[in-house]
Formats: sequence, C-alpha cells, structure tokens
Amino acid sequence: MGRYVGTSVKRREDPRFLRGKGRYVANLQLPGMVHVAVKRSPHAHARIVGMDTSAALAMHGVLAVFTGQDFRDGGCGALPCGWQVPDTRVPERPVVVTDRVRHVGDSVAVVVAESPYLAADAVEAIEVDYEPLPAVVDARRTTEEAAPVVHEGIEDNISWRWGLGDREACDQAFREADEIVELELVNQRLIPTAMEPRAAAAQWDAASEEMTVWTTSQNPHPIRLLLSAFTLGIPESRLRVISPDVGGGFGSKIFHYPEEVIVPWVARRVGRPVRWVATRTESQMTDSHGRDHVTVAKLAMKSDGTFTGLDVETWANQGAYLSTFAPLIPTALYITLLSGNYRIPGVFGQAYGTLTHTVPVDAYRGAGRPEAAYLVERLVDLAAVRLGRDPLALRRQNAIRKEEFPYQTPVAFCYDSGDYERLLQTAADRAGYDAMREAQTEARAAGELRGVGVVCCIEASGPAPSAVAGSLGSAVGFWESGEVRVHPTGQVSVFTGSHAHGQGHETTFAQVAADELGVPIETVEVVHGDTGRVNFGMGTYGSRSACVGGSALVRSAEKVRDKVRKIGAHLLEAAEEDVEYDRSAGRVQVKGAPERGKDFGEIAFAAYTAHSLPEGMEPGLDFVSFYDPSNFTFPASSHICEVEICPESWQVRILRYVAVDDVGKVINPMIVEGQIQGGVVQGVGQALTEVGAYSESGQLLSGTLLEYAVPRADLLPGIEVARIETPSPHNPLGVKGAGEMGTIAATAAVANAVADALAPLGVHHVEMPITPERIWRAVRSARDAARDAA
Amino acid sequence: MYPQQFDYHRATSITEAIGLLGSLPDAKLVSGGHSLIPAMKLRAAQPAAVVDIGRIPGLDGIESEGDGKGGSLVLGALATHAAVADSGVVRRVCPMLAEAAAAIGDIQVRNRGTLGGSLAHADPGADYPAAMLALGAEITAVGPAGGRTIPAVDFFVDILTTALEETEIITAVRIPHAPASAYLKHRHPASSYAVVGAAARMRVEDGEVSDCAVGIGGVDGKAVLAGAAAAALCGGPASPERIAAAAARVEDAFAGPLGDLYASGEFRTHLAGVYAKRALGLAASRAAA
Amino acid sequence: MSHRVRIRVNGAAEEAEVESRLLLCHLLRDRLGLTGTNIGCDTSQCGSCTVLMDGQAVKSCTILAVQADGSEITTIEGLAGEGGLHPIQQAFWDNHGLQCGFCTPGMILTAVEILERHPSASDAEIRHGLEGNICRCTGYENIVKSIVAAGAREAR
Repeated sequence: MGRYVGTSVKRREDPRFLRGKGRYVANLQLPGMVHVAVKRSPHAHARIVGMDTSAALAMHGVLAVFTGQDFRDGGCGALPCGWQVPDTRVPERPVVVTDRVRHVGDSVAVVVAESPYLAADAVEAIEVDYEPLPAVVDARRTTEEAAPVVHEGIEDNISWRWGLGDREACDQAFREADEIVELELVNQRLIPTAMEPRAAAAQWDAASEEMTVWTTSQNPHPIRLLLSAFTLGIPESRLRVISPDVGGGFGSKIFHYPEEVIVPWVARRVGRPVRWVATRTESQMTDSHGRDHVTVAKLAMKSDGTFTGLDVETWANQGAYLSTFAPLIPTALYITLLSGNYRIPGVFGQAYGTLTHTVPVDAYRGAGRPEAAYLVERLVDLAAVRLGRDPLALRRQNAIRKEEFPYQTPVAFCYDSGDYERLLQTAADRAGYDAMREAQTEARAAGELRGVGVVCCIEASGPAPSAVAGSLGSAVGFWESGEVRVHPTGQVSVFTGSHAHGQGHETTFAQVAADELGVPIETVEVVHGDTGRVNFGMGTYGSRSACVGGSALVRSAEKVRDKVRKIGAHLLEAAEEDVEYDRSAGRVQVKGAPERGKDFGEIAFAAYTAHSLPEGMEPGLDFVSFYDPSNFTFPASSHICEVEICPESWQVRILRYVAVDDVGKVINPMIVEGQIQGGVVQGVGQALTEVGAYSESGQLLSGTLLEYAVPRADLLPGIEVARIETPSPHNPLGVKGAGEMGTIAATAAVANAVADALAPLGVHHVEMPITPERIWRAVRSARDAARDAA
Repeated sequence: MYPQQFDYHRATSITEAIGLLGSLPDAKLVSGGHSLIPAMKLRAAQPAAVVDIGRIPGLDGIESEGDGKGGSLVLGALATHAAVADSGVVRRVCPMLAEAAAAIGDIQVRNRGTLGGSLAHADPGADYPAAMLALGAEITAVGPAGGRTIPAVDFFVDILTTALEETEIITAVRIPHAPASAYLKHRHPASSYAVVGAAARMRVEDGEVSDCAVGIGGVDGKAVLAGAAAAALCGGPASPERIAAAAARVEDAFAGPLGDLYASGEFRTHLAGVYAKRALGLAASRAAA
Repeated sequence: MSHRVRIRVNGAAEEAEVESRLLLCHLLRDRLGLTGTNIGCDTSQCGSCTVLMDGQAVKSCTILAVQADGSEITTIEGLAGEGGLHPIQQAFWDNHGLQCGFCTPGMILTAVEILERHPSASDAEIRHGLEGNICRCTGYENIVKSIVAAGAREAR
C-alpha cells in the first residue's frame, strides 16, 4: 500500500467549484455566439400536416429556422442504437422529425437567434399543424392487439425479445417446489434529473475545417465516434469533443442526443458559434428516462426455505425510439443479475423491449441491476412471510458462501469474490438488528406501524470484457485507455478516457498514479474529457472508472516504472537486476546500498535529454495502455432500513438507514462513502417519491420539479455507512466500483421495510413510489378483503 | 425558461399603482414575484405589463393593536413570509399565522414572497388562505374609488380567483388575535405546496369551547371554512374525543376536491380530517397553556 | 422596454441596460460573467441560483433584474475575500460536501443564511433549512455535516 491509496485525500477539484469557477457547458461564452432553441411536440403521437415558420423567421434577432427536412438534406444521419440483441428491430430516430412525432418533446424544428430569449420567442411563433393520433404509454399494454403502432413495420410494438437461463431446471424447480410465491410489479419510470440540465455548444473553424463540440457527456469519445460515423459526418480527425465539468449524469448523459448533432450542424451552417442549454422542463421531457418495467415473477422453494427456482417475465418500456444503449439495460444488466446473492439452481428470465409513445428509456444509476435487486429482494421477503421466517436468516441460509467463489450463476455471470454472510452479519451488527426487532415488537404492541427492511444485493460493475459485450450485442468495446506522461521536470500528467462528473477522478486517479510512481500527489495532474488531449476511451458509467480506467493507469505506470528503473540502472552504472524501484520515495537505487540512487525527476530529465540512455532505448517517458477487463466485478451490499408509518396520514418516516457495502478495495474512503450516501438517497427517492408519469394520452405529468419529487435534505435523518472488503481478484487495484451500489440496495430496503411495517394489516406489497395514498389504499383493500373473507 | 416581452413599471405609491393598473392594458401586479414570475417563465402567464409595488414604502408593517379579546394584528400587504414567520408578536398573539408563513416554500421564497401577493394569487395549495379564513381576517383593498374591507370568507372566490377588482390592490390585512391557534400542513414532496393545510382557532372559556374555526386549504379549488366541524366542537370541552368527532365533519365543507399525481381528491379529503384533528389539538393545548 | 439598473455585485458598482424581462440570474451570468450562479430548474425549486440580495438568500431565477435595481448582491464568487475561502466553503471542502459542484454555490449561500439565523443549528434544523435546495449527488449527508462544521467553527 502506498502513501495515498486507501486514504481520504481531500478533493483537488473542489476549490474551483467552491468558488463558482466550475467550467460547465452553459458557462461558455464564445465571441459571436448565437443560441439554439428547439420546437418540441406537445403531442405524444401526431402526424405533422403543415408547418409555418415565416413569422419566426421574420422576428428580430432570428438568424434561421431549420426543419427536419433541412437536417436530412444537410446530411444528418439517424441516431444509432449501439447495443442490439439478436433480431432487434431498430426504429429510425431522426435528429429532427419530418412527418410524425412519437413522444411529447420530440424535436420538430430548430431556431437560431441572437439570444436565448429571442430564440424562445421564435419557437413560440412557429406554427405546426398536427393531426393527433392515438398513443400508448404502458410497457405491457402496448403489445396488445388494439394498441396503436409506434413504428410501421414493428406492428406488435416489440423491438426485441431476450431470454436467458436454464428453462428446464427452472420448470423442474417449480414442479417440485414445496412453496411458491408470486409477484406482479411495476418498476416505475424515473427521470434522472442531474442538477445540470443538458447543454451543447459548437464552434466551426472554416479555415482549418475543424469542429469543436462541447457537450454535457459522460463519454466524449463515443460521442465523437457516433457524430463522425453516423449523425454529423465530420471525420474524427477534424472533430474535437469536449466534456468539461459536467453537473451530474447518473447515466442520462451517456447517450447520443439530437441536440448534440443539431448544435454543430447549425454552427457550420450559420458560421457562428452556437450554444444550446436545456431548460429543466426540456430536460425532463427529453433526457432518456430510467427503469419502467412491468414484471411477473415467481420464486420456488423447499419447505425448509431453500430457494430452488426463479421465473421472471418482464416488459421493458424502451420508449418511442431505441436510445444508445437501451436494449442492454433490461437484458445483460438485468436478467443476468436475477440470481441475486443466492444459490438458485433454476433461474430463467425473459424480457421484451417494447415501444411506446414516451421518451426513450435507457440507463439510469444502477441500470437494470436495481430492477433485478428490487424484484429478487421483494420475492425473498414474500418468501419469508410465507414461511414465517426471519428475512435476514432466510437470506443467510440461501446466500452464496465465501468458499463457493468464483461462483457461476445459471444466468451467465461468474461472480468474482464476496462474503455475503459477513456482509449480512456486519449490517445486522451495525444496525443492532435484534434490538430493532425487539423495538418493533414493542411498537406493534402499542399499535404503531414499524418495519425493518433487510436486503442483500449484488451488482455487476466495471463493464466489460469487450468480447463478452460484443457477444451480447454491443457495437463497441468496453476497455479503457490510460496514459501516464512524465514531463522532463518529473511532473506527471495522467490522461484517462474515463470522465468525472462528480466522482472525483482528479483526486483518486492522482492517488493511484502518485502511489504507483512514488511521487508526491502535488506533481500529478489528471486530464479527462477532451478528445483533443486524451486517447480514445469509453467514458464513465456502470461503476467502471476505477476498475477499468484505474487499471489502465496502473498498467501505464508499470511501464513507466520499468523504463525509469532501466535508465536509473544505466545512470548508476549498475546491472538492471541489481537496482530496485523504491515506490515509497520514487527513486531507483542499488539493492543493499540505497544511498546510491537516482531520483525520479533526475531520471525523467535524463529520459528527455537522451544524452545517456541504455543501448537501443528510445528517448521520452510516456506510456499509454488500453485495459480490457477479463470479467465484470461484483460489488455487494447489505442494507437495513427502519421505518415508521403514521396510521393516519400514512406518511413513511425513515428512522434509521444502515448501509454496509463491499466495493472491493477502496482508493479514497471519503469519496466512496459519498458515492454510497448519494446512491442511497436516489434509491430511497425511487421507493418513496419519484415517478416519471405519463397520462393515458401520453402527456408527461411530471414534467417540472413541481411534480417530480427529487428527495430533499429531510427525507432521511442520516445514513450510517460501513464497509467490508473482498478485493476483486482480477484487476490490479482489487477495486469493484462504488457508484451504483447505494441505489441498487436502497430501493428494495425501503420497500421491504414498508411492507414489513404493514404486515400486521395484511399488506405485503405496495407499488412505488410508496406514497401515503398508495399505502392508504392498500390498507383499505386488505381490510375489505379480510372483511369479505370473514 | 424565458418570460415573454412585457413592460415593467415601478410604482412609488398606491395611487400611482392603481393609475397604472387602470391605464395599462393587461397589466399584472408584482411584489415578491414568486407566483407571477415562475408562471411567466413557463409562459403560462403572459401579461403585457407588470406593475411592481414591491418598493412602495409603509406597506410592510406588522403591528399589534389592543390586547385580549379585542386585540388585532395589522399586517401590511408587503410583509414577507419570512417577516411574518419570524415576528415575535405574531408568534405570541397568533401562532397559526406564523406557522402558516413558516410553512410556505423555503427560506429563499419566504424572503421574497409577500402576504398580499399570496392572497391575491389565491393558489389552491397556498398556506395563507386557510389561515385567513380560520382567523376571520379582513383584507383591505384600495381601488380607484377608494378603499374597502373584504372579509376573508368573501375574498376567496374560486381557483386563482378573488373578490378583487382588476384595479384593486391589497394594502393590509387585519387579523383578530388568536393565541389558541395552529396551522399544520401535509407538504407536497415536489412543489412544497399544501396537499392539505389545516388552520384551527378556538377560544375556551370555563372549560368549554366558546368559539372555533377550521380552515382547510389544498383540497378544493379554494380554501374553505369547515363550519360543521367548528360547530361540532363548540359548546363543550376541547377533549381529544370531541376534537376527533369535530374533525370528522371537515369533509362536509368540500365542494369538489382536486387531485394531482401525488394525491387524489379522495385522499386529500381523508388527510384534511387528520390534519384538522391535529391542528385543533394543538390549538387546544395552546388554549390550555 | 429597457431600464438602467445599478447594483452592487460582490462589492463593485455595476450598471447595465436591461430588458424588462431579463432575469437576475441571466444578468449575473451572461452580462457580468458571474457563472457561479447556476440554473437548475424553471420553477424555483432547486435553489442552484441562490444569491444573497441585501444579505438575504434569494432565488435569482425568480427575480427580474430590474427588481434588483439598487440592491447589494453577493454571489458565490464574492463570498470570500480574494483567493481565500469563506468558512462555509472551507467546511464543504473539508467534509466532501460536494460532488458535481452544480448545486454547491446555492447550497453555500443558503447555508450562510441558515447559520446567520441559527449559528448552532442542529442536523435536523439544517435539513429543514435546505428545503429549497436540491442536490442529486451527495444525498445531503455531507452537506449537512459541512454546515454543522462551519457553524461550530464560527461559534469558536
């Protein structure tokens, strides 16, 4: 262990944010810059019969108005889908539509004006004549015969079908089961709501024929690739994509969006720098949403509580078009996780990707894995109720044991390492689980509704071995690049293809590099987010930056060390095997005679002067590595949540929240804790407050923050965080990824606690978000049912 | 988002403001702006002119006149929610009002939003209207023909609609002291508006409730007085049983409960009973103190 | 219709010719280059645009620039002296009170008022005081911790 890794180094990026000097896209001021606004559909489904842009064009300060046809004629290609499972039917997604709108917010026309105010005025002045058509919004009902067709040629509204698992073992488990619990549930649609709305800016240099695009993206290189190869058609060599400071992403800023094409296209067309900044309302209606599953599932078990089979069928709403990675989420990131942390011999999952008149759905924090965890963990609690077992004990009984790793599940994944019994025990100890249960018994005796929710969750992080991704439908690889460039003075620049939008890479990656080289962290800078400076990389999502991006840096640092050692030996006139690289001091020295040595800076300088290098060695000290992981990593967690429900207002109050996570080795404990805390609150938000809701006719009912309830500071009283560490055996840092575990576990933990609190009233499941009204209705139904039965 | 074009006029006196309202077509008043400006940004409101009364001097006072049974509070229309919530005298002589003010929005909104603005906007989810009804407030408005006093019960007409003429401006609100009063709210998790706001006031003499009022906001299109609930409590002790029975009568007051994504009209009606009971209980404990 | 607006921003006198409809946040960001005041919503919910106006925390997206005429504005850029950090800024740094940084200026300026009102505000009081500020990254845990720490430091 070095000086920095494993310690809570304060974040080096913070001072600029604290002083209001963050470099967000919306802050860019380019000389002569003009502003784009997008005319959007108010209808979920309509034919465009006519459009009159003349009034808008005549307005003061308006430079141009462009329609879908202009973009098509001007060479803009359709937005591609980068993950296709076999036989996926991909509907065409134009940058700006020409004849038909398919969700509220679909782009219809584009205005360019001297100010955002004038652009907004001109957008209002465009008259569009729509012929409204019937719409469908529900993930499952869209597959019914009578449902309106979203895209001609896909008459059943099913874009793809994907099944995985051992069908025979699954059927056998249910044939031979002693007990079966069944559950039908909705994993509701969420709107990611990063605090920074999406934005893009572009500048075309007519002399050099080079385009620079600034965009709020989690992955500038893939965006450049898609712009170049599919949508904009400018060669990558003449296209620079910069993602400067990005104000949160949570998945929603992975994808290639229409405005990223519109803005540079317009910049070249009008010959002025162009900026577009989404309003919150625009963001809520056009950012890719998350979740939105309808699922029917059942769990088979023996009377002693041994799980034997799990059968799952899910209708996954993909929205009106396939967003960049949409089919990945409910397939290889969902069905593959259905074994949870448990030994279940017969698992089978079947998913349908369905099309509706809603905004596309894609990855949102956790992406498939929270849906799997919520389903499995709800079923386990229903099983505990059925068997009259303690839910923690039932989990411990079925948990994969420490000695069983690596563990091959029936749904493709091979879990790398873990200790789920210790995880559960640590959570129980931290929470004082037994005392919580005693308090619950007392509370129940006093007529109070108190519940304890326990979960044990699994995540597949660090996507992904590129060949595996390719075999599952990916059009791209998921390795990462890392470059370590030592300057002649010994200062170090680290370039990563990962991107930070809150994760703190400028600190953690500097910690890694400083330790690998044995240099002071102050001498290391981290560069990311600019295709003009950084080697091709895949960006940040899926909790992959440390596992994949960090590992690439370690590989490059190893190459630097090796060369430094060779040069050092040469300068010391010693044989290579007689010297050692002292990583605590960044120094090459003679074994057994440490006073005979050369400092890192001295050797770096020598590498560049090249006055005296070993025979045949090239000058310079700069290495790049492309790291392709050999497996996913598998973080795990056990969270315990204690709630109290008011039996009159039915408001849920969280009394305590204990999160114990195993994210493998930890580079910066402070940052990891922050990731877990933030993730937990997002997960609690899904459980209690958030829903991206459409009316039957396709109107977005939660289109502003007046309706979409992002958790506020008082939703939880605080979060108690603890960790255990089982290092990943297959990456050099032993890390597993920490970005999503909190969210994955929290939704199920809260939902289980609520169900536990309501159990005495005969309520065992309430759909999310678990609002007071939903509890009130569930309690009334249970009461009515009990009365009818009596 | 960006408001549409309009003309902005800053009035330096009520007289000037009334004149501007009369002469400018399609003009709206603004003081704190926390109802109007968001609506203008969403282009849901598109006035041609905005008359700012926010700086007219002498309209932000908070004063108590008299004491005991005949005492009253006089608040200027420009008193901010923060000023009302923080006022020691308001908290002492009329805790319900301070609680309603403190329940509005958030710190930043309370620093800008004004009493008069909130009343004139008459949002169904606003916190003040229910309190005004329960307190028997009198709203003073001035127009071209002079001033008049409008009892709160006549002031709130319908959703976003008041008894104010287009050229009338609220200048002050007079509220009888009500030390035994309370306001409680079920807060919308996104908008912070009242899903249900319950305002309760009572007077207890010789162990019996001699006077009582319950105002409920958030349920109907306008805040309502729950007369049956109040009547049910009068004439006997403010016991938990009698309070519960009275609160159960709150639902009689609603003409047409509204619902949204978070809570249906039916559930709001249920919540109204719950919060009325609690507000009455708190008011009763203050009566006993 | 345009108006001449004279305001003091972070101690410096500023003058600008503005349309009636220009919002204070846009005056600060686009005309005065003070882009630390971020805009995160349209409806006065998120608090990212919070500034101090005559010493009070306000949402600059819900105030017309012309309404601010004659007032004294403090933005995040002007909270601390040259080069330094205000105790609340320092506490956010020490306690990892920020991740993506977008809500941070608004959080810090709201915290100024929370601590002015209650220098030793409790955890629960701070959580309540932040009802007008949304953070999507931190789960608020370390924001609350930062403000408690800043309050304790000021109390010393």
